[in-house]
Amino acid sequence: MPVSVSSSKLIYQSLKDVGVRLVSALPETWLVHLIRFAEDDREMQLVRLAKEEEGVGISAGAHLAGVSSAMLMQNHGFLASVNGIVSCAQLYRIPLLMLISHRGEFGERDPWQTEGGGVTIHVLDALRIPHVRLESPDHVSQRIHKAHTLAKSASRPVALLLCRDLMWEDA
Amino acid sequence: MKRRDAMELVYADLGRCVVVTIMGAVAAELQSIGHRPNFFYLQHAMGLASSMGLGIALARPDLKVVVFDGDGSVLMNLGGLTTLARYRPRNLVHVVFDNESLLSVGGFPTATSTGSDIAAMAAAAGIARATTVTTLDGFRAAFDDALATDDLTTIVAKVEAVGPSGYVTDLSLLENRYQFQRYLRETSHSSP
Repeated sequence: MPVSVSSSKLIYQSLKDVGVRLVSALPETWLVHLIRFAEDDREMQLVRLAKEEEGVGISAGAHLAGVSSAMLMQNHGFLASVNGIVSCAQLYRIPLLMLISHRGEFGERDPWQTEGGGVTIHVLDALRIPHVRLESPDHVSQRIHKAHTLAKSASRPVALLLCRDLMWEDA
Repeated sequence: MKRRDAMELVYADLGRCVVVTIMGAVAAELQSIGHRPNFFYLQHAMGLASSMGLGIALARPDLKVVVFDGDGSVLMNLGGLTTLARYRPRNLVHVVFDNESLLSVGGFPTATSTGSDIAAMAAAAGIARATTVTTLDGFRAAFDDALATDDLTTIVAKVEAVGPSGYVTDLSLLENRYQFQRYLRETSHSSP
């Protein structure tokens, strides 16, 4: 499976560097290495979810209790989480660091991913969630760091879009 | 059993816990008994109170976390029961007040009115300590047992479908949120 191990390592290390100690996740192909790193890391609490929206509540609780967290999900998982994002994280000013695998863009081979790819950015914009694309390894550390900084200072959700050119070696 | 009476019965014990409630009658009634800085009312995001409780319980294993949930909310996040069971936070007490209705939006019946059994679903999800109580004495005993036991417990309390006349209180949402966060931070400093 040509999911980039080196990019996944960079992303994971950047999350550690900004102080993330809890990661919620629902498996998807592009996220397999990231989830495995979290699973193997004794310093990280991995919470495997049944549905992504749960992760909003878990991150909110962890934040109020002093623990920095991140959410790993596919863009369809983000779409499934919208009510929680609005009526928990935004209503209560909770910083969420959302890492969203941006399926369904140019190069996508799976027909079932294509509809979500077309709406993700529009939904983020409608929700006024700042977002940035991670397309090359050069972007990873600095953009994760800056996203985390803004999430904390604004006390709001932010989104990092994990894009095909970063995550998939056979792009 | 009335939900307000049940909460009043255990109110003194809540002082040494962290409490997360759902919106509507539960939040309004607990505030009418007496707000405390260690109480957080999730005034929307139905279904996520138990997920917030899990996040707090994992982040702060030194605290006993009590979630006051409801049948309508749990039914919106049944998968969350499997996540609770999977991580089994031993410091979490999950109380579900089951009035078999969506009281605050007109009292329409939920699926628990036609036989869906939340305690049985919690048990089937893997929560070993899941029970249903129908009386105040039963609730008191189950809650005491949950507080005294170092394990995840789900208590489904069957209550009457009655509530307060209104749901908006004078505690603003963000005031509650920052006060609660400050409470958690201060107890963190004082804990060993």
